Amino acid sequence: MTGWVYAGSATLIQVVTVGLGGPLLVGLMAKVKARAEGRVGAPVVQPLRDLRKLATKERLHARHASPVLALAPVVIVASTTVAVAISPLVSTRPLLGSSADILAVVYLLLTGSAAAALGGLDVGTAFGGMGASRAMTIGALAEPALLVAVIALSLPSHSSNLPRIMASTLAHPDWVLGPSRLLALAALVIVVIAETGRIPVDNPSTHLELTMVHEAMTLEYAGSELALVTWGESMRVGLLFSLVANLFVPWGISTHATVLSVVVAVASLAAKTMLVALGVALIEVRSAKLRLFRLPELLAGGFVLSVLAVVTGLVTR
Amino acid sequence: MTLLLVALGVGALAALAGAALARRWRVAVASTLGALGCVLAVFAAVTTLRGGATTTFHSAQVLPLSGVSLTLDPLAAWFILVSSIVGAAACVYNVGYAHGALASRPAQSTFMLFTFSLIAVPSASNITTFMFGWELMALSSLLLILTEHARHVEARSAALWYGVMTQLGAASILLGLLLVSSHGSAQSFAAISAHAAGLSPATRSLAFLLVLGGFASKAGAVPLHVWLPKAHPAAPSSVSALMSSAMVAMGVYGIIRVGQGLLHGGTVWWWFAVTLLGVVSAMYGALHATTSNDLKRLLAYSTIDIIGLVLTGVGAAGALKDSGQPMVAHLALGAALLLVLAHAAFKGALFLAAGAIDRSAGTRDLDLLGGLIHVMPVTATVIVFGAGAIMAVPTLSGFSSEWLLLQSFLHGFTALSTPVVIVMLLGTVALALTGGLTAVAFVKVIGIGFLGRARSEGAANAHEASRSMLVAMGALTIPSVFLGVAPGLVGAWWERAVSLALGRSSDPYTPSTGVVLARLGGAIAPAAVLVALIGVMSLVWLLSQNRTARHARRVDAWGCGRDGQTSRMQYTATSFAEPLQRVFADVLRPQSDVEVTHVVESRYYEQSLSYESRIVDVFEARGYRPIIGWVLRAGGAARRLQNGSLDRYLAFGFGALIAILVVG
Repeated sequence: MTGWVYAGSATLIQVVTVGLGGPLLVGLMAKVKARAEGRVGAPVVQPLRDLRKLATKERLHARHASPVLALAPVVIVASTTVAVAISPLVSTRPLLGSSADILAVVYLLLTGSAAAALGGLDVGTAFGGMGASRAMTIGALAEPALLVAVIALSLPSHSSNLPRIMASTLAHPDWVLGPSRLLALAALVIVVIAETGRIPVDNPSTHLELTMVHEAMTLEYAGSELALVTWGESMRVGLLFSLVANLFVPWGISTHATVLSVVVAVASLAAKTMLVALGVALIEVRSAKLRLFRLPELLAGGFVLSVLAVVTGLVTR
Repeated sequence: MTLLLVALGVGALAALAGAALARRWRVAVASTLGALGCVLAVFAAVTTLRGGATTTFHSAQVLPLSGVSLTLDPLAAWFILVSSIVGAAACVYNVGYAHGALASRPAQSTFMLFTFSLIAVPSASNITTFMFGWELMALSSLLLILTEHARHVEARSAALWYGVMTQLGAASILLGLLLVSSHGSAQSFAAISAHAAGLSPATRSLAFLLVLGGFASKAGAVPLHVWLPKAHPAAPSSVSALMSSAMVAMGVYGIIRVGQGLLHGGTVWWWFAVTLLGVVSAMYGALHATTSNDLKRLLAYSTIDIIGLVLTGVGAAGALKDSGQPMVAHLALGAALLLVLAHAAFKGALFLAAGAIDRSAGTRDLDLLGGLIHVMPVTATVIVFGAGAIMAVPTLSGFSSEWLLLQSFLHGFTALSTPVVIVMLLGTVALALTGGLTAVAFVKVIGIGFLGRARSEGAANAHEASRSMLVAMGALTIPSVFLGVAPGLVGAWWERAVSLALGRSSDPYTPSTGVVLARLGGAIAPAAVLVALIGVMSLVWLLSQNRTARHARRVDAWGCGRDGQTSRMQYTATSFAEPLQRVFADVLRPQSDVEVTHVVESRYYEQSLSYESRIVDVFEARGYRPIIGWVLRAGGAARRLQNGSLDRYLAFGFGALIAILVVG
């Protein structure tokens, strides 16, 4: 019985941590960027304030909208939340741990992207289509690198079950600095930047017609629905950052049912993801946004790195 | 077996009804009998898959020389299940769909023959019966492609391509089968299987390659696929659904039956070749699916993609079987079989829905559709579920089968032989590369075809399909959900089919509604994920409803301050896929023509501008066209021999006689 209570509360804590922490990470990255550029910047909690404000505002639908417009934000948030719930972020034994398969997480995120693209296409404006087309193109090119990098990570433990991967990393600390891991890490960083829409792939703070990707899809949303879309996007940031952090440095994650271990796990997760956010923000500051048609080179590079990670893993086993 | 024979008998009756009855009753009676026969076949297959005994039937009276020989074993039953599920739906769909040329006597009767030939092929157990069923399937589908040739002129050339390719394939299969049967001079599958060990390795390899050529062409494997994107779209949609879901499965069945069942696996290189075919097909099919604008052509290319993945599973199973990992081999073939069944259901539903759109909007060009969700809500729902399944959305059927496939690759990496590991790597890469592309293709189908605003008069005035068509599409959606949520419930079924092909081994599955691989490590519980998804969705929905007004205010779409946006300003299917088309320009080789006509008075003003872009199948343009050119040139050269002079023909005859005498 305690096992169920532990698993259930750990899952709930994960969802709350990522649900609140995702927007905070987005705020942190904005702050770091602002400071690096010599500005003061908005407070770190600004994204949460924005969400609260948007949630109380009126919903507006375009005249030609279908129910898909209202449904897409719900699907985005739900698929991301379930992905968070089944991933081992705070505890290695979340409630649906038996299905905490990395493939399930990848395809749940893909479901969210598809829903976002459909939401963008629903009204039938040029912007929505443009954003959806670009986002799906980037997603299609990032997906192979993501899947193969994940395979590289699951090779040593012969399992794509996330808790197992983390448990075997905890048992063999020397794996972390293996060549296969490092190559997979490089590939995953590229994928995460693409999937979360950061510079050099997409600029989250632009509203310039020619360059925006994700923002173009959300133009038709207002009020609580815009809040859902934005929240889903920041949860995705939180999930992907936590996964990268935990897959490579799982230490701190709670493996047994004590209050202390859970507190330590939440604190270490926060610290690790903040480090990742800092790194990504610095990449954003240091680089310029790539032209859309230069992106395939970057993402193909990620794919090659991930294939090399698998091959290295096979050769050095 | 009795049940299967009754089912085939009912099928024959349906064909007769289609040929004999007057127009008023023809479609209804033939379809009812056809659906009944298919349902009986489903029961026959399920009885065997649930652990019923393998049964046989032999009658020397029906076919000359060898007699009809049928065997209902688990492997056959699995593929009968595939054909008969789609067959039943297609027959129900036929009630509302068939009119005009498709409702004629020859078309209805041929349609029933085609449906039941798809059930007969897997149950055949000697060469004559098999080839008879195979040719019945090929020729009846060839005739059906031509039913609407008056309306769709391109059907004529499609039928020609299909006819040539299918007959070359059948000849290749027959040659291969004769090669293995000549040794024991027996033609029943059981006897061939018993004698196969006595064949020299070279003979077996040659036979396998010949058979593989024929079956891979039927399955639509690149580079033998060129007929498929022409023929599947050209046929009426009920026929396309059967061709694209059940007929391609027959190609897969043939490879498994002959390669594993009759020739016992052979060497690893056979399966390396199968995997390679699968990888190339999967990537090529996915890429073309994203850039196709004709809805049915897009679906046909996506069939090539999925069958490619199936072939990587079949190849992986063959390669793993002899490398000391029979359990993982079972996993790979099980994944392939599950994917065949899942694909049959969702692709069948998608093709039937495409037919409904074609019928009601008058076009299936995505660039002319749009906004169909408002006028065809049920069809839109079917498409969303079908697209979700094919995109491997968790809790739908595509996910469970692709997950199993990936598990088999992952565990196959532990193999020690390098070729086997390369097979696994190729399979993994194919799976990874196609996932995202498939998502683009099907987001395009939903987003451009069903959302947004109507791009043509036809799409604006479209209406929902008739009730029988909706029932058929809806029924085919059920397996997509069922196989996604509770694949484990039929795990024992496909494991029986796999055991028949690969021989007995320890069962990798632990009983569960999801799939649990306790001995290998790995599990999915889609039912739990579904409950979680629905729970979170309703929670989010309720919370977002309470805080604001119940109904959203309707306003104009954002147009950058510009009033009066028209539907022409939307992204089209072409523009949606343009970035990917540009990224993969080296493979797709898109061609475009821009033609500008200037006003006579001034070159600075344009009178008209026409733009055309098209993507030609590279294999067709570079591989097949030159061969066709050579054949035509050779024919043209040979024509010079015939000038109509009797003297010359007598001289030819004399020369031939002398040549025979000299050689003899």
